[in-house]
Amino acid sequence: MQPTNTSNRILKPARPWFILFTLAAALTLNLMPIGRLPAMPDWVALVLAFWCVREPLRVGMMSGFALGLLTDVGIGSLFGQHALAYVLVAYFAASLSRRILWFPFLQQALHIFPVLFSAQLLMLLARLVAGGEFPGWTWFLESVTAALLWYPLNLALLLPQFRPVEKDENRPI
Amino acid sequence: MSIAGHQPPPFFKRGPAPLVQLVVLVSISLTLLVVDLRLRYLDVLRQVVAVALTPVQVAANSPVDMASALGRYFAQVDALQAENARLKRTEVEAANRLLRQQYLEEENTRLRALLDMRERLHSEGLVADIVYGSRDVFSRRVIIDRGMQDRIAAGSPVVDERGVVGQVTRLYPLQAEVTLITDKDQAIPAQVARTGQRVVLFGAGNGQLEVRFLAANADVQVGDALVTSGLDGVFLPGLPVAQVEAINREGASGFAQIICAPAAAVEARGTVLVLGRRLPELQPAPEAPAEAPKKKGARSRAAQG
Repeated sequence: MQPTNTSNRILKPARPWFILFTLAAALTLNLMPIGRLPAMPDWVALVLAFWCVREPLRVGMMSGFALGLLTDVGIGSLFGQHALAYVLVAYFAASLSRRILWFPFLQQALHIFPVLFSAQLLMLLARLVAGGEFPGWTWFLESVTAALLWYPLNLALLLPQFRPVEKDENRPI
Repeated sequence: MSIAGHQPPPFFKRGPAPLVQLVVLVSISLTLLVVDLRLRYLDVLRQVVAVALTPVQVAANSPVDMASALGRYFAQVDALQAENARLKRTEVEAANRLLRQQYLEEENTRLRALLDMRERLHSEGLVADIVYGSRDVFSRRVIIDRGMQDRIAAGSPVVDERGVVGQVTRLYPLQAEVTLITDKDQAIPAQVARTGQRVVLFGAGNGQLEVRFLAANADVQVGDALVTSGLDGVFLPGLPVAQVEAINREGASGFAQIICAPAAAVEARGTVLVLGRRLPELQPAPEAPAEAPKKKGARSRAAQG
């Protein structure tokens, strides 16, 4: 696999334990008790979308559902709220996976933004029907920051795959 | 498993099609939403998952704890000294009242015994710290560091030194979730301290409280203190809840629109007191044999309190 399909660089395959580790780290970041900082991205949704794009055969809707339930319990929101949102994120990200890699990263971010935004919209809808309070328009900034983070996230999460195949003793890294 | 939007040839069948999977998982999620919201069957499952999530929670809390510990370390000494002096002063001020309170309570018991009235209920308190505010943006809740292990009961009232903070709504083994009085779903029966007018306070959703269903010409003024009436059988009567901030009597609904500010430091971190449930002990009441246990427990309890 390549960083994008237009690139000449061939990457090493992703390791399953690294995928698991990044998803767990994203969950930890989501559960961090920092109160209500504005524009804090939903890390799980973002990392899930990333892996659904890169490894659609390994990470999919089932992973989204499980992570959603864990998030629901950790945050203390309604059971099924994040599960619903993450299942849809996984579905749309996976359906983008064959197409999105032909674009440069900025345009990829433009593809990812509506996916994350619609997940937020769905959560808002579910909670407003359930009688929750409206969190304010600034809440939607979350998906904007998440989309802006798409490029740095790609670099960070693809880093282990950028390693050379042969180990060179004389190379510093 | 095949990729959404891309069907494999039929001889590469790998599990259900993405669309089928999507429909199944979405319907499970929607069912969970409805069951959790309306039926509350899932609290046991929630506790089990919460226990499994504990290491993740600890990992997530540790950087924030470290940051706050660092902040405390660098707190100015003079600020701490000033706070200490202030606390000492308030303690002495409170001691006067506390010392008299004991005397007054004894006197009250004696007088009540003389008048052949039921004894007022007392409730024990448990000091807890607010660990963090819930990250759920659609509600106003906080997590405290006492849970099932400390024998907190769901529904217990939570107060701080200035007034009512909220009510314990969900129990975990080591922590408990407190719904603040400013939450949109939280209602608390109160009365205007000046007139004794009974009202119901609701969270307004923006950090304030709102008195609903009070006639436009009701005797309420800006600055009135609202205290719990104890009619719910949960809160002890007389705890400060809020203060009236603004009144609009010209609404189209025929009710006055009354906005109040909470008396307690509701949305702040700090130390709170979890009071015990105000359940009266089920003792036979020899002087009142006619009072049979009623079905609506809350009402009869409120009448006694």
